[in-house]
Amino acid sequence: MAKVTMTVNGTAVSHDVPDNTLLVSFLRETLKLTGTHIGCDTSQCGACVVHVNGESIKSCTVLAAQLEGADVTTIEGIANGDELHPMQQAFHENHGLQCGFCTPGMVMSAIELVERNKNLSERDIREGLEGNICRCTGYHNIVKSVQAAAEKMGG
Amino acid sequence: MPEGTVNNGIGASVRRKEDKRFLTGSGRYTDDINRAGQLYAYFVRANVAHATIKSVKTDKAAKMDGVVAVYTGEDVANDGVGGLINGWAVTNRDGSAMTEPPHPILAKDKVRYVGDHVAMIVAESAAQAMSAAEAVEVAYDQLPPVVDLASAASGAEIHDGMANNTYFDWELGDEAATAAALESAATVVNLTVRNNRLIPNPMEPRAAVVDYDPIADSYVLHSTTQNPHLLRLVICAFVLGIPESKMQVIAPDVGGGFGSKIYLYAEEACCTWASKKLRRPIKWTADRTQAFLSDAHGRDHINKVQMALDSNNRIIGLRVDTLANLGGYLSAFAVATPTYLHGTLLSGCYDIPAIYTNVKGMATTTAPVDAYRGAGRPEATYLLERTMDAAARQVGMDPAEFRRLNFIPKDAFPYQTAVALQYDIGDYEPLLDKALEMIDYKGFAGRRAESRKQGKYRGIGLSSYIEACGIAPSAVVGALGGRVGLYESAVVRVDPTGTISVFTGTHSHGQGHDTTFAQLVTERLGVPIERVEIVHGDTNRIQFGMGSYGSRSLAVGGTAISKAIDKVIAKGRIIAAHMLEADDADVEFKDGKFTVAGTDKEKSFGEIALSAYVPHNFPHDRLEPGLEETAFYDPLNFTYPAGTHIAEVEVDPATGVVEVVDWACCDDFGNLINPMIVHGQVHGGIGQGVGQALLENAHYDDNGQLLTASYMDYCMPRADDLPSMQVDCLVTACTHNDLGVKGCGEAGAIASPPALINAVIDALTPFGVTDLSMPATPEKVWRAIQDAQAKAAE
Amino acid sequence: MYATTYVKATDVADAASRLDAADDGKLLAGGMTLLPTLKQRLANPDCLVDLAGCDLAGISDDGQSIRIGAMTRHVDVANSPVVQKAIPAVAHLAGHIGDRQVRNRGTIGGSVANNDPSACYPSAVLALGGTVHTQNRSIAADEFFTGMFDTALDEDEIITAISLPKPEKAGYVKFPNPASRYAMVGVFVAKFADGVRVAVTGAGEDGVFRATDIEAALDADFSVGAIDKVSVSADGLMSDIHASADYRAHLIAEMARRAVTACG
Repeated sequence: MAKVTMTVNGTAVSHDVPDNTLLVSFLRETLKLTGTHIGCDTSQCGACVVHVNGESIKSCTVLAAQLEGADVTTIEGIANGDELHPMQQAFHENHGLQCGFCTPGMVMSAIELVERNKNLSERDIREGLEGNICRCTGYHNIVKSVQAAAEKMGG
Repeated sequence: MPEGTVNNGIGASVRRKEDKRFLTGSGRYTDDINRAGQLYAYFVRANVAHATIKSVKTDKAAKMDGVVAVYTGEDVANDGVGGLINGWAVTNRDGSAMTEPPHPILAKDKVRYVGDHVAMIVAESAAQAMSAAEAVEVAYDQLPPVVDLASAASGAEIHDGMANNTYFDWELGDEAATAAALESAATVVNLTVRNNRLIPNPMEPRAAVVDYDPIADSYVLHSTTQNPHLLRLVICAFVLGIPESKMQVIAPDVGGGFGSKIYLYAEEACCTWASKKLRRPIKWTADRTQAFLSDAHGRDHINKVQMALDSNNRIIGLRVDTLANLGGYLSAFAVATPTYLHGTLLSGCYDIPAIYTNVKGMATTTAPVDAYRGAGRPEATYLLERTMDAAARQVGMDPAEFRRLNFIPKDAFPYQTAVALQYDIGDYEPLLDKALEMIDYKGFAGRRAESRKQGKYRGIGLSSYIEACGIAPSAVVGALGGRVGLYESAVVRVDPTGTISVFTGTHSHGQGHDTTFAQLVTERLGVPIERVEIVHGDTNRIQFGMGSYGSRSLAVGGTAISKAIDKVIAKGRIIAAHMLEADDADVEFKDGKFTVAGTDKEKSFGEIALSAYVPHNFPHDRLEPGLEETAFYDPLNFTYPAGTHIAEVEVDPATGVVEVVDWACCDDFGNLINPMIVHGQVHGGIGQGVGQALLENAHYDDNGQLLTASYMDYCMPRADDLPSMQVDCLVTACTHNDLGVKGCGEAGAIASPPALINAVIDALTPFGVTDLSMPATPEKVWRAIQDAQAKAAE
Repeated sequence: MYATTYVKATDVADAASRLDAADDGKLLAGGMTLLPTLKQRLANPDCLVDLAGCDLAGISDDGQSIRIGAMTRHVDVANSPVVQKAIPAVAHLAGHIGDRQVRNRGTIGGSVANNDPSACYPSAVLALGGTVHTQNRSIAADEFFTGMFDTALDEDEIITAISLPKPEKAGYVKFPNPASRYAMVGVFVAKFADGVRVAVTGAGEDGVFRATDIEAALDADFSVGAIDKVSVSADGLMSDIHASADYRAHLIAEMARRAVTACG
């Protein structure tokens, strides 16, 4: 067992979990934060993307134990109370989601994409979302959402 | 647009009510649900494609840490558990019944595909169940696999006594008339196409959580289903023999389906059965690998097409001979897809006097194949629209003009096709013209020349499609072999305070019903949209329903809601007449108010609602308290959306890479309730169609091993594979439902693959390429160029 | 994933001794390949020794070459002004490995030690004639890559850094596998004063290799046209559902042309 202590969505958490516990399992099963999803077993779909110390990572491809002391943000942690994050709001305004399953990872990935580069071309956005698979939207409105959010986020 | 006004009614692109929970991580999917004391199931699956089972040794597994039970096919058989069902039976063309082999929930004597369920482990943790599965020893006597569809008939016998591995041999249309047309034709166009096998891949893998209550002898089953009532019916009546009243099926948020979540699968049935035996809740969640192996796959046809043209280039006959790969077992609606949803669509949007089709449903030692977005209609559209281009090329016509020449004219509706369906309404030329204008068809030659300067080959391709959706008329379904009715139900419940709950038998797994249906209520009753709640996906809350697939939710489910609203208004008028001391006939309902004609007397909808539940002076002999109405709606006909999609591509001849550079489409879905959602459905359908045409293919090797069993090898469309899309709509309103709506969920996936392949072939025309199969991978395109060049050099 | 033990080593010596103490220990150097392998239960190590705390990340310019610490992440190589100035092709390569999430955790040491036949980095190390430094020795690239998923590393030997000599110019172009996005063919061309080195990843049955015919052609004439005269053989190339050996051979020449163009 490993004692894992980290900050998740601004709250310090500490739990004993088996060493082989993936971050996504730690979030979903130990912390009951089920917004982060599992859509594949080869680290490709991106439904599990969260932020660790401000960077997007696939929470299915890191052990919780590796992130001792880290600052983790999940989809549950980005809105400011009832006020949605500009990226969440842009997905809502632009119909950037349908079934919602890929959405948490897509939003988390998109936020980091925009934070790293505010002047994104459509091509940059499409390539930047390479690690996130959506089966519903054909990505058309996801790209529009990210473009809209980039403007709001100071692009 | 401010919320809470009738501006949120029909025709407004209202932002979705359901979004917030998905965007904040508060969606509740099946795998998010846990029950106290739950066990975890894991399935031992066949790792060979075709074999008799000699023995299944479970002792080692049973003794492992945390293992509570290990079950085999023997156990379920000894318990008298029924098999999975075939929900659709057709008659062979010789008049005999089709073959419907048994489909046990755990294989007992034989396995028939890699992934077939052999044993079930139930353990205290998922990891323990998985470890125990590795300790189960299955001894097989291997039989020859049957993988190749074209030669399946001569392969090893897969089901005892089923000759030629043929489940059915079905026909539709007039064979003699079609033969005569081909005989007398000025031009005969021959084409054989392969509709590649796909794996649906909704992003949420299948899952089930079942909780048996020993005191009440009842079950609660959470499942990732598109179709909770049908799942309940099948599991109760055919598999486990449970009274339906003892089974609550809940489909909470479901992360996409695309057809693959319509059916009852073995895993849910096994978990339900075991939950009672063990008196513990059981959870099962598929990982992606299991999803690849055992979700019902889609498509997989070989279609041989012969099209007859007269000397004016009018189509006078069409014959299509189809082999449909249905896999190792019949999935529930596998039979319907290549017959009822395919053979009947072969007229497309064209006036074709004689059509004949023969469809053979074949068994192979691969996963079962069933409906996947479009189900049968993409296959029909693909073969027809590829043939339309081949025909135009053969007779030297512009493909757009060849289509225009053969369209069913606007004044010919209702139009009786040669393959059973009667189209109620349509107007195909404006759709074609609009799409041509959107893509700037006239400017294409210039763009092609520009591309050539950059060393690229540009192509443009059309597809004019029709689909039958709003699935639909129970009488037709029954006549064509369906063992279910296909109507829909709705309850509209008005609360005393005027809030409204709508209980619909359809199910939303991404389609936005919470919003679209609420807009309908808002429009009709004048109630603010935030006071309308749409309830679906729970058999204990919903009267009955047939779920969502086949682009049926609005056309059938929405119309049922509309009919229930009619009844609410009718009763409201009686209540208002009583309150306003007027004749029922004099009361009108408009803009949320009941008024007495010719007076200023009025009652708001809210006042009527309150009065219905506080009926202090109701004349009970003619007026019951309460305001809640039910409607079951069984349509008179299918609906027939149609449209034209145009793809423009650029091919890099040095690598064979195809880039989709533009897309334009104009569809007729009838009236639109929420254009934003409709466009989103089209985008998604095109995305899947581009996937089929360029990227996706389920590949079994000669031994029947699935080589594309993960995203490492099965190519899912990513954002950078797809273009930005131009989507527009024109309207001819459906004539036979109250809303004039048709359905939009599948159109993109139906229309897009032939448009894209036609575009790639067009791009490669300078090399002499005339045929290309899906998916048009870089190597395939590069090789087609090499082969054509080699041939030209000869 | 099977049960295992996780330890975070404090330095390279600590990592080596923990690896030595384990029956079947594995180094965790980002884990972008190892963790998916473990999730699929394709390996069952009793101990995972994490190198993240061993102070192995960092990039320096040593004059003739750049030195990249083994635990330097792809994102940091891609964004490094040092790398961008010295060998922009390496920054470009690092910026296109996997996806952004992979680049935020994957490391050069992990990639090179694993020697996945479809990984990008081995082609850069081989084409640039780099040196792989371990706690015990320095290994020349030509000796390091010994076959698919196979290297000259001894058991318990740990990569500490990679040195990459600065070429006059270099270019890397990959043709990604459409599904996995790994290299189906990746060609790294490096032109030095004393000759051209070309390495190919994604294509060889034995992993990354040098394309000596193309090197000879470019030595004689460093131009796109020079490659037209080379007939790339399909012998020894991988053939799978995504690409036949023939097509890979064709792509090697085509990607080499593009890599020469990318050299500027």
